[in-house]
Amino acid sequence: MDGRRLRGPLRFGRLAAMIDSLGLTKRFSGRTVVDDVSFRCEPGTVTGFLGPNGAGKTTTLRMICGFSKPDAGTATVLGGAYRELPNPGRRVGVLLDASAQHAGRRGREALRISAETMGVQAERVGQMLELVDLDRAAAKRRVAAYSLGMRQRLGIANALIGDPEVLILDEPANGLDPEGMRWMRGLLREFADRGGTVLLSSHLLREVEAVADQLVIIGGGKIVASGSREELMAKAGTVVRATDAEALESALIYAALKPRSDSNGGFVVDAEPRAVGAAALAGGVVLTHLAAAQDAGLEQLFFDLTSGEQKEENQ
Amino acid sequence: MSTVVTADVRPGRDSRPGPARLTRVELRKMVDTRSGFWLLLAVAALMLLVVVVVQISGNDHDRIISEILSTTAQTGAVLTPVVGILLITAEWGQRTALVTFSLVPHRMRVMLAKILAGLALALVAFAVAFVLSALAVAIAPSAADDTWTLPLSLVGQYALYSVLAMLIGLAFGTAFLSSAPAIVLYFGLPIAIGALGSISAISGAIDWLETGAFAPLTEEIVGGKDWAQVLTAALLWIVLPLAIGLWRIRRNEVK
Repeated sequence: MDGRRLRGPLRFGRLAAMIDSLGLTKRFSGRTVVDDVSFRCEPGTVTGFLGPNGAGKTTTLRMICGFSKPDAGTATVLGGAYRELPNPGRRVGVLLDASAQHAGRRGREALRISAETMGVQAERVGQMLELVDLDRAAAKRRVAAYSLGMRQRLGIANALIGDPEVLILDEPANGLDPEGMRWMRGLLREFADRGGTVLLSSHLLREVEAVADQLVIIGGGKIVASGSREELMAKAGTVVRATDAEALESALIYAALKPRSDSNGGFVVDAEPRAVGAAALAGGVVLTHLAAAQDAGLEQLFFDLTSGEQKEENQ
Repeated sequence: MSTVVTADVRPGRDSRPGPARLTRVELRKMVDTRSGFWLLLAVAALMLLVVVVVQISGNDHDRIISEILSTTAQTGAVLTPVVGILLITAEWGQRTALVTFSLVPHRMRVMLAKILAGLALALVAFAVAFVLSALAVAIAPSAADDTWTLPLSLVGQYALYSVLAMLIGLAFGTAFLSSAPAIVLYFGLPIAIGALGSISAISGAIDWLETGAFAPLTEEIVGGKDWAQVLTAALLWIVLPLAIGLWRIRRNEVK
């Protein structure tokens, strides 16, 4: 009866997720580049790890994959440390840098090397090349002749070759054209819909918001927001415009709401439309527009959340 | 009954890649890049050239198997270690370490495979030298009595020389993790240290420390003091840089 082993899934009294980052912290020469980063990735979901360049995304992913030792916190993949996986390529597909391939090696050969290392059939190489749309001619060429987009495709093929349950991809959309980006989104969605777990990073909200079930936004090494797209959009606030902008502003301030001017002569308010409407009514202001911020707000939120940290860093 | 999907559907998913498989992969990496392929071809061409030149221009004493094999093996031992160097430094220079270590996170297992692959290459190169030399002597035998005289212990010494040269290359590659300094110092440092031997005050000590200590292995069956010097030189040129390099690889982050 006790044949079922609890291989580490119970950690700190909670069930470990497929990927579980708990308080990951990394300092480089006194500067904290990743600061207490915690998030979980569940099976069947795509997690978008978002943040501007230099926010600590790559360092976090490197810690999860055992390339970098955290100064504090832990990361587990499939319930244990990545480096303790006996044959990681068969469980976790990793793409940390598409340029990290030998320039003098042919694309197909690079995949052969990985396939042989993890002990999968050589036929997988051809299948993966087909899957990522690298044709025979491209597969025969040396990686030096590859564009960044082709390297990304090769890297994704390399990550998928072991038929893993988990995918960890760092900026996989870099260098892909819009068509390639759409293709990749479809691929990741399908992977997750079959029960797989995807963690991908990006510095562009647009790249991931359409495919991610969960967004984790990082700025200056800290997680500044996380949740589903809908949850974050709710936080993005309300856009409101009135016939008299000044009167609207004072009404909002009077109601203890904090209006921020947007580019169209209106305001973005961190509150539900209902509260904003009530404030306008109390101030006797005629509204011409009142709506949840939605997409534009999410972008604004992403920008606000991460740009503040950037400024701090630049000082 | 409905089918139950379990991990067993994909055998090998949780079996650690063994040293034999990893060594096979490293051997593959030696020959599947542009640089590795041409280097190995150059080694074979050079050995062939040496055999032909000796057979055409050598006297009867040069054209005996023990002499030809010594020269051919040494020729192989000049360039094959560069393949060994590149096998290690390319992982850092070309940044493939990021892929390699994501598939095999225990870095020392990869390094062991690289060393085993290097040793295999050195022995294969020696075997090729042996075949070429034997063919050359068979095609144009010398008139000397000892044309075919080749004591087994001498063959062993030649092979050991090839292996030691490869190990120095692997050790330098491991210590520097960068192709240019590793290759330059692999060729330059022995010359520099050897030159110090001309200073009479320290020449006695240099005999124990220079790679020249390996040279007697290619000349005649060596005795006790020679073996001791082979050992001390091996400690300095192989064990020390290898230890420093492996310690760094274990400790440092892969960029």
